[in-house]
Amino acid sequence: MNLLEMKNVSVDIKDDVSDKSILKDVSLEFQSGKIYVITGPNGGGKSTLAKCIMGIMPQNTGEIYLAGEDISKLSIVERSKKGIGYAFQAPAKFKGLKVGRLLELAKGDSGNSVAQTLRDVGLDPDEYLERSIDNSFSGGELKRIELASILIQDLKLALFDEPEAGIDLWSFKLLIKTFKRLNRFTDTCIVIISHQERIMEMADEIVVIDKGKVAQKTVKNKLLSILNNKDLNKCEMTCCEGGELCGERN
Amino acid sequence: MANEISKEGRSLLDVIAETGKLPEAMNLRMNGHTCERRVSPNIDIKNKEDKPGIDVTVKPNTIGEVISIPVVITDGDILDKVYNTIDIGAGSDVTISAGCGIHNDSDSCSRHDGIHDFIIRENAKVKYIENHYGEGNGSGENVLNPETRIEIMENGVAELDMTQIEGVDSTIRTTKIVLHDNARIIITERLMTSGNQRADSNIEVIIDGENASAQVISRSVAKGNSVQNFFMTLTGNAKCRGHIQCDSIIMDNAKVASTPKIYAANTGAELIHEATVGRIANDQLTKLMTIGITEEEAEDIIIKGFLD
Repeated sequence: MNLLEMKNVSVDIKDDVSDKSILKDVSLEFQSGKIYVITGPNGGGKSTLAKCIMGIMPQNTGEIYLAGEDISKLSIVERSKKGIGYAFQAPAKFKGLKVGRLLELAKGDSGNSVAQTLRDVGLDPDEYLERSIDNSFSGGELKRIELASILIQDLKLALFDEPEAGIDLWSFKLLIKTFKRLNRFTDTCIVIISHQERIMEMADEIVVIDKGKVAQKTVKNKLLSILNNKDLNKCEMTCCEGGELCGERN
Repeated sequence: MANEISKEGRSLLDVIAETGKLPEAMNLRMNGHTCERRVSPNIDIKNKEDKPGIDVTVKPNTIGEVISIPVVITDGDILDKVYNTIDIGAGSDVTISAGCGIHNDSDSCSRHDGIHDFIIRENAKVKYIENHYGEGNGSGENVLNPETRIEIMENGVAELDMTQIEGVDSTIRTTKIVLHDNARIIITERLMTSGNQRADSNIEVIIDGENASAQVISRSVAKGNSVQNFFMTLTGNAKCRGHIQCDSIIMDNAKVASTPKIYAANTGAELIHEATVGRIANDQLTKLMTIGITEEEAEDIIIKGFLD
């Protein structure tokens, strides 16, 4: 059975100045134990898709099912308690809130160790537990703490929004290792929004989102060969008849 | 000194005068009178002769002792104005706790104006903890107007930790610091107001000494219809460093004004003022919600962390 199923999901933004459709009739399925990479041009709707699954940007139409249960109307908090987690592209800073406290809060009933989780993301607990999550942290450190706040939970579905953005090479290597370990030792379904070829190489399946629609869903080798190792963000992609991806280079 | 401490008084003391260590010297003032006093071989406490208040004298090189001088008000309709002078001997390293707690069940105002004059002598180090708190079921206001004036002599260090997070309807806090050569001060102020409360904090630091430094961190949360005003002034008259950081979280219909002034009268003075006022950031709330915490709990966690 699918872990997560999106059926005809649309997200519109309507306010005084605009009436824009961000996701259009998206239907996707995700299974436990697999790694999915969502990619595509900037502004195509990738982050909205992940935020929609987490409940941060609820859908206007369509349904989302988690292990067969309709979670379409559940709040962010309720979806979190059902086992969905979300790692933000730009993690929040908190003046005063300490790393240890955030991880204790994220840990919930999971039984995972705060100190060990920090070590897993390459941070020394003695140095970091009592530090507040503020401007004194580098972008890479913030990303690691964000990653730790996901790893410490026992999640059914973990969403990562551009985890590679703003991190150094050393952190990137650790990130790849972390995904591999999470995939190897847990049954968590991992959904990563990314443009990075090395992250795509880990994927069981790659989903291309463009202009609010699923432009392509395929196994990684097929897509990677189409793109010929070029940066996806520089490609203009359209969905052709038969579901094949057309990569038009800029 | 025959007044007995009431149950409410004891409970207030637990809130305002907890230092984690039994004080070597103490003076408890309750409802306008000294209620308990203890002195040590190194620390003397005497009543002032010309006005209400005490003189605390710490002998030079007194190390590790704690002095507690709390004030408790459990009667309504009281105006208690007190002048305390605290003289810290050269080379000492002591902790002073000087909170004030009001329990007011009456419909009249209870007010305490505590004026503290410190002199911190050469090479002395002081940690000063001031915790202000109000409670009670009457309609009478709880008013606290502390005035703290500190002169720090050569190589002296003072660390001020001033907290007022609950139950004080009106406060005007005045803190004035003068620093001499190589002296250092770190001030951490935490304020929270709610309902129709009003809080003014005026902190003025004058750096007269070469290589002296001042760091002022003020954090506040304003809820309900409360109003807060901050006036922070930093003057550098010598080669020195000074940094004021004043951050406020604003909620509901509250209002916060932050007025900075930095004045350098020497080319070697490096002075910085930073101030922010804003509501709790949405990305903070959303992050905590994605780890299963409700919006209300998240607000509480963010505020507690901010004021911690």
